[in-house]
Amino acid sequence: MASVDQTMSDGHHGPARGITRWLYTTNHKDIGTLYLLFSLLMFFIGGCMALTIRAELFQPGLQMVMPEFFNQMTTMHGLIMVFGAVMPAFVGLANWMIPIMVGAPDMALPRMNNWSFWILPFAFTMMLSTLLMEGGGPNFGWTFYAPLSTTYAPPSVTFFIFAVHMMGISSIMGAINVIATILNMRAPGMKLMQMPLFVWTWLITAFLLIAVMPVLAGVVTMMLMDIHFGTSFFDAAGGGDPVLFQHVFWFFGHPEVYIMILPAFGVVSEIIPTFARKRLFGYASMVYATASIAFLSFIVWAHHMFTVGMPLAGELFFMFTTMLIAVPTGVKVFNWIATMFRGSMTFETPMLFALAFVVLFTIGGFSGLMLSIAPADFQYHDTYFVVAHFHYVLVPGSVFSIMAAAYYWLPKWTGHMYNESMGKLHFWLSFIGVNITFFPMHFLGLAGMPRRIPDYALQFADFNMVATVGAFIFGFSQLLFVYNVVCCIRSGKQATDEVWEGSRGLEWQLSSPPPYHSYSTPPTAEQLSKASH
Amino acid sequence: MQQSPSNHRPLLLRLTLLTVLMFGFGFLLVPLYDVFCQITGLNGKVLNTGPVTEVGVDTERRIRVQFIAVNNEAMPWQFAPVERELTVYPGEMKHTAYRVTNPSVRFMVGQAVPSVAPSEAAEYLHKVNCFCFENQPLQAGETKDMPLLFTVDAALPEHISTITLSYTLFDITPKAQPAATRLPKDSRRML
Ligand SMILES: [Cu+2]
Repeated sequence: MASVDQTMSDGHHGPARGITRWLYTTNHKDIGTLYLLFSLLMFFIGGCMALTIRAELFQPGLQMVMPEFFNQMTTMHGLIMVFGAVMPAFVGLANWMIPIMVGAPDMALPRMNNWSFWILPFAFTMMLSTLLMEGGGPNFGWTFYAPLSTTYAPPSVTFFIFAVHMMGISSIMGAINVIATILNMRAPGMKLMQMPLFVWTWLITAFLLIAVMPVLAGVVTMMLMDIHFGTSFFDAAGGGDPVLFQHVFWFFGHPEVYIMILPAFGVVSEIIPTFARKRLFGYASMVYATASIAFLSFIVWAHHMFTVGMPLAGELFFMFTTMLIAVPTGVKVFNWIATMFRGSMTFETPMLFALAFVVLFTIGGFSGLMLSIAPADFQYHDTYFVVAHFHYVLVPGSVFSIMAAAYYWLPKWTGHMYNESMGKLHFWLSFIGVNITFFPMHFLGLAGMPRRIPDYALQFADFNMVATVGAFIFGFSQLLFVYNVVCCIRSGKQATDEVWEGSRGLEWQLSSPPPYHSYSTPPTAEQLSKASH
Repeated sequence: MQQSPSNHRPLLLRLTLLTVLMFGFGFLLVPLYDVFCQITGLNGKVLNTGPVTEVGVDTERRIRVQFIAVNNEAMPWQFAPVERELTVYPGEMKHTAYRVTNPSVRFMVGQAVPSVAPSEAAEYLHKVNCFCFENQPLQAGETKDMPLLFTVDAALPEHISTITLSYTLFDITPKAQPAATRLPKDSRRML
C-alpha cells in the first residue's frame, strides 16, 4: 500500500485527468483497460449481429431480414468477433498483466502501445460504416474468398481492405511490444522457464502474430490490386487462380485460430493452479506443447480446403499433420486435469469458467479431429457442423477464458471484489446458453444443413429453434457481466492484495489496485521465489 | 527502470525486419504456388506449350481426348469445340479447333483458360499451338475457328485412357481496351 501513497503524492506519476488521460496515455494499465472496454463493446456489437442471424433462423422462411443483409451480418459478425472482440481482449489482458507478471514498470514501448490501441476505433468505425454504404457492407463471409470479395464484391470492399490493414498494423505493433517487454524487461533473475504460463503463451502468440498478420495484409493488398489496378492474382482470365487466394488466406487463417486460443491456454493455466491450490502440473511440457502447437499451425492450413481438388498426397499430408496437433493439445488438457487431481478445489466464478473451458474446448477439439479426416470432411464441409466446431473452440474456448481472466483479475484491477453469486449466475446462464446454442448445430450439420444461409429446409426447424433460444439466453446473460463489473468498480468491497487464497505470481504481491507504475524497482529475489511456479 | 528505450532497438529492428519479410513472403506464395502447380501438374494447369520433338507414334494404345467449352458467366460468345471427342495415338500430332461467335453488337476480346482432367494427365498433354496462348479479338457478329494443335505424350501412365480438356472463356474486353473505352465502374456489380 505504501507505493500507492507514494504515487498519489507525486503528481508526475499519477494519471492525468479527463479524456486526455485516455487519449495520450502511455500507461500499460490504462491501455489495457481501453483494450478490454473496446473489446467488450465489440463483443456486444458482434453479439447483436449474431442475435440478428439467430432470430432470422428461428423459423424456416424469411421473416426478419433480407438475404443480402443476412450475408452482411454473418460476415460482419465473424470479422467483429475475431478482430474486434477476441484479439483485442487478449491484447488488453497482455497489457495489464505481462509487465506486472515479469516485474517490469511498464511495456517496453509505451508510445507505440498508445498508437496500437488508438488505431483500432478508427479501423472498426470504418469497417462498421460500410454497412451504411451503397451496396451494403462486406457480404462474402469473414474468410472473404476471391472472387466473391473481388469481382462480385460490393463497392465498400475497399474500406474493408483498409480496415484490415489498420487492424493488422495494430496487432503487429502490439505483438512487437509484447515480445520486447518479455525479452528485455524481465525482472533481474527471472529466467524464461520461470515465467508464468500466461506470459509464455503470449510470447509465442506474439511471434505467430508477427509471422502471419503481414501475410493477411499481403492478401488484402492483392485483392486491392485486383480490384483497382488491373492485376490478376485471383482472376483466372488474367492467368491468376482463385484457389491461390484460399492458400494464402489460410496460411494466415490457421495460425490465426491459435492466436485466439494460446493466450486462453495461458489464462487457464494461471487460474486452475490457484483454485486447486497446487502448482501447475508439467510446467515445462506446457511450454513445449504450446511451442509445438505454434509450429504445427504453419503446416496444416489446407485442411480448410480439402474439397478444392488437392491431390491425394496433399490431402494425406494435411490430414495427418492436423491430427498431430491433438497430441500437444492433449498434453495440455491432461496437465490441467493432473493439476486438479487431489487438489483442494474451490469453485469461484473464474474457476467455473476455466473448468467449463477445459471441458467444452475439448469437445470443440474432438469435432475438429472429426473435421480433420479428409474423406469425412467432404461430408462436413461448409455445413453447420463446422459452425458448431469453431464456435465451441471460440465461445466456450476463447471467450470463456477471457471471462475467467476478467473475474480472476478484476479484484486486482479495481481493488474491489465483484459480486460472487451474480458471477456464478452469469456463469451458469452462459454455460447453459452456450450449449443450447451450439450443441444442436452438430446435429444440423451432420444432417446436411449448409452454413451461411438465411432460409433452410423444414426438417432443420426444431434444432434451429432450440439454438436460437440458447443464443438469446447466452446473449442477454452477458448483460449480467457488465452490471457486475460496474457494481464492482463503484461499490465492491475492498479486495486484499492476494485476493485468492491459493494465488501465486508477482501480480498478487502488489496492492489491489496496483500502483500506477507497478515495479518501478524490480521485485527482489525473495519476491520472485515466492511467485515462482 | 531496468531498460532504457534505446536498448530495445536491436530487437525492434529484428522484429520489424521479420514483419517486412513475412509481408514479402505472402507475395512470394504467388510464384511458389505456380511453380508448385507446374512441377506437380496440379490444378490441371497445362503448362506444356510450344514445339515438341516427335518421338514416334505408339499405335498400341488409343487415348480418348474430350473437349469441353465453358463460358465464364458474363461472356455472351457462342463457344463450342468443332469436334467433341478425338481418339489419338500417343505421340501423334492432332489438329482440331473451337468455334466462337461474337453475337453482341460491339467489338470484344476473349481469353480462354485451359484445364485438364484428371490433373495427373496435365503434364502429358502437350499443346504445340493453342488459341489460349493469346487473347482473341472478335468484331461484332464475327465467327472464327480457333486452332488447337496438340499431342499426348507416350509416357502417359497406363491407367489413363481418357483425358478431358476444358476451356473457360473469359470476357477481357475492359482490360484489353484502352482506359478511355472502359466500362463504367458500376458494371462490375451488375455481373
Ligand atoms: Cu485450421
